[in-house]
Amino acid sequence: MKKIIKYVIIDILRNKIMVAYTLFLLVISLGVFNLEDNSTKGLLSLLNIILIIVPLVSIMFSAIYVYNSAEFLELLVSQPLKRKTIWLSVFTGLATSLALAFFVGAGIPILLYEPTATGFMMLGTGLLLSVIFVAIAMLAAVKTRDKAKGIGVTILLWLYFSLLFDGLVLFLLFQFSDYPMEKFMVGISALNPIDLSRILILLKMDVSALMGYTGAIFKNFFGTTTGVLLSFSILMMWIVIPSWLSLRKFNRKDL
Amino acid sequence: MIIASNVSKKFGKLKALDNVSVTCNKGECIALIGPNGSGKTTLIKSILGMVVCNSGFITFNGKNILHDWQYRAHIGYMPQIGRYPDNMSIGQMLSMMKDIRHHKDAILDEDLVIQFKLNELLDKRMRTLSGGTRQKVSAALAFLFNPDVLILDEPTAGLDPVAAEILKEKIIKEKQKGKLILITSHILSELDDLVTQVIYMQDGVLQFHKSIEDLRKDTGQEKLSKAIASVMIKING
Repeated sequence: MKKIIKYVIIDILRNKIMVAYTLFLLVISLGVFNLEDNSTKGLLSLLNIILIIVPLVSIMFSAIYVYNSAEFLELLVSQPLKRKTIWLSVFTGLATSLALAFFVGAGIPILLYEPTATGFMMLGTGLLLSVIFVAIAMLAAVKTRDKAKGIGVTILLWLYFSLLFDGLVLFLLFQFSDYPMEKFMVGISALNPIDLSRILILLKMDVSALMGYTGAIFKNFFGTTTGVLLSFSILMMWIVIPSWLSLRKFNRKDL
Repeated sequence: MIIASNVSKKFGKLKALDNVSVTCNKGECIALIGPNGSGKTTLIKSILGMVVCNSGFITFNGKNILHDWQYRAHIGYMPQIGRYPDNMSIGQMLSMMKDIRHHKDAILDEDLVIQFKLNELLDKRMRTLSGGTRQKVSAALAFLFNPDVLILDEPTAGLDPVAAEILKEKIIKEKQKGKLILITSHILSELDDLVTQVIYMQDGVLQFHKSIEDLRKDTGQEKLSKAIASVMIKING
């Protein structure tokens, strides 16, 4: 397993897109921290950029990588290797490289300018989001055979998680505004890893006061250690469940 | 050595393999012949476990290959179109395969690497290679680990005459060592002095599995290409 992970990582790190992504994150985070005199404000600006860019790059890059290495996977499957080993190695390789790119590009500036609880929370959720979207991309890629269709699906998935989901939530909130929805909203936020990350970081920033009664409920739940632990386990589930499903599919796939 | 029993495989509505049963033994050199889309590659891929058959089973040395993976250590496979990670060089590719497959006590068979002069191209990236050079890499990889079974899917397609001749000689040499060799090819003339048995498939159905002597006797033709042509005419009415 280690051997294949090694080759996957070498292959990815040589990819220019990966270097460009790291530099892009680095420029943005350094720029944001240097433009604002208050680094907490910088963190807030960085938050929105990261929550859009990281899932997009993770999901697109992974899906394209899996499609482009179809022949490589075929070659490996014809060798004395377990399919599970091959698939998990590709997953680990992709997850490690994307997490590494995020760590170098955004993590190091965060640690330099804002080594606070909020900074660490942002670093942690950013790393988790990178891995989550690798898992989702691999599930989408193994389910759809056609490359163009598969990449289309990943774009739609990204659109759903970063834009459409919020729209749906707002719609629900307006429709049911006569009912107490606050507790329900806590549950709903588990359905979207991006939202969950955003809530976790915002609450660490102590701006929940701006969010009214829902903010108070969120603070009550996510502000506690149990809440944070629970949220992180939900984020972990977002890694485990898609990877498990995709592994199951890959085990039975005709190559 | 390899026994397939009533193997069927469907791709959607298309029956790629329909109740195929074959037995392949050590020391045989078997030609898999059939028109395009007759299920040759699907049969090969199901032996390699790359395609999971819908019904029936395949055993390798008496063990069912389903959920097994170690048996592939005994197989050298040369795909029809060998495509490899673009960013890797030939040298890295070879060392990766050695890294994955090689055991300390096994002897590497680098004949083809030397004869195809791949040693001079070690720094070339896979992306920049011509189709023929890729085929050479595929062939070298298939033979590299001295496997007991060689599965070659259109081995000489895209190779220049010199390289094709080298490969043919290598196949004959391995055959004499008593290995099982499975070849698909559309260039029947080059199979003449290689194969001992012929499997003919059409529309996913195994039409016959005969030794080449029987085939020659039955059709009255000395050349394999003519013998197959007369069989095809007979089957298709």
